[in-house]
Amino acid sequence: MKTAVIVFPGSNCDRDAAMALEAVTGVKPAMVWHEETELPEGLDFIMVPGGFSYGDYLRSGAVAARSPIVNDLKAKAEAGVPMLGVCNGFQILTEAGLLDGTLMRNASLHFVCEKAPLLVETANTRFTKGYADRKEIVIPVAHHDGNYFADEATLDRIEGEGQVAFRYANNPNGSARDIAGVTNAAGNVLGMMPHPERAVDADHGGTDGLALFESVLGKLS
Amino acid sequence: MKARIHVYLKPGVLDPQGQAVSNSLNHLGFDEVAGVRQGKLIEIDLNTADAEEAHSRVAEMCDKLLANPVIENYDIELSA
Repeated sequence: MKTAVIVFPGSNCDRDAAMALEAVTGVKPAMVWHEETELPEGLDFIMVPGGFSYGDYLRSGAVAARSPIVNDLKAKAEAGVPMLGVCNGFQILTEAGLLDGTLMRNASLHFVCEKAPLLVETANTRFTKGYADRKEIVIPVAHHDGNYFADEATLDRIEGEGQVAFRYANNPNGSARDIAGVTNAAGNVLGMMPHPERAVDADHGGTDGLALFESVLGKLS
Repeated sequence: MKARIHVYLKPGVLDPQGQAVSNSLNHLGFDEVAGVRQGKLIEIDLNTADAEEAHSRVAEMCDKLLANPVIENYDIELSA
């Protein structure tokens, strides 16, 4: 299994992502700096990590989404390579136009940092098939701009197409229709505000994120 | 030439920051404040004298980076 993590100035969950990927695949991911213009060949999975790329200047994820590496990221998305954007990575993927909607300031205006109960909306995606036997999982959230917004027509469309992967059980940020994670129409790009890479080790607050990585990468054993 | 770009939320998009500012103004005794919408003002210095070209280039900048079409509109003002 060949994986990569894209690193922007201000990414701060890139090493958590790398740890999670290595735990699941047994191989360290390639860490790809945003100024690169090409991702490695033959990738099975790409992760766009959380953090505060470019200090959230202009809009969260806006500047990072115009980085040199993003052209190839878009090409890989088009080619069907599975990719996951978490938190700031979700913001970057929406700003890059790879996912519908956008992430606005939390409705409460407060930064939220808590363990969020999530409902697995569908196990019928390549990222969630490992949750077929579970409806509710707990994954940490930590963000200021996680308030998912899209117009009603877009929301109706992504709901109708089964692109809502996760919903909040207790909406922490005002997100439209409690949406916590969405995929693209083709189903190979997932963005979510909660951090599954922070939930892969029982010693660090739970393992409910593990099934997501195992769904898309397979189990090591 | 200078461009002043106002980026503001589309009607109907919730603006919690504007609401917080509105509440604060009410607390300060400005009872006439019925609502606040908060946007951004971006000023750009341009090395061009052609207003028409400047306008179309700045609009392209807005579409590609400065505004998010999902939630924001923009107005462009050019001055010498």
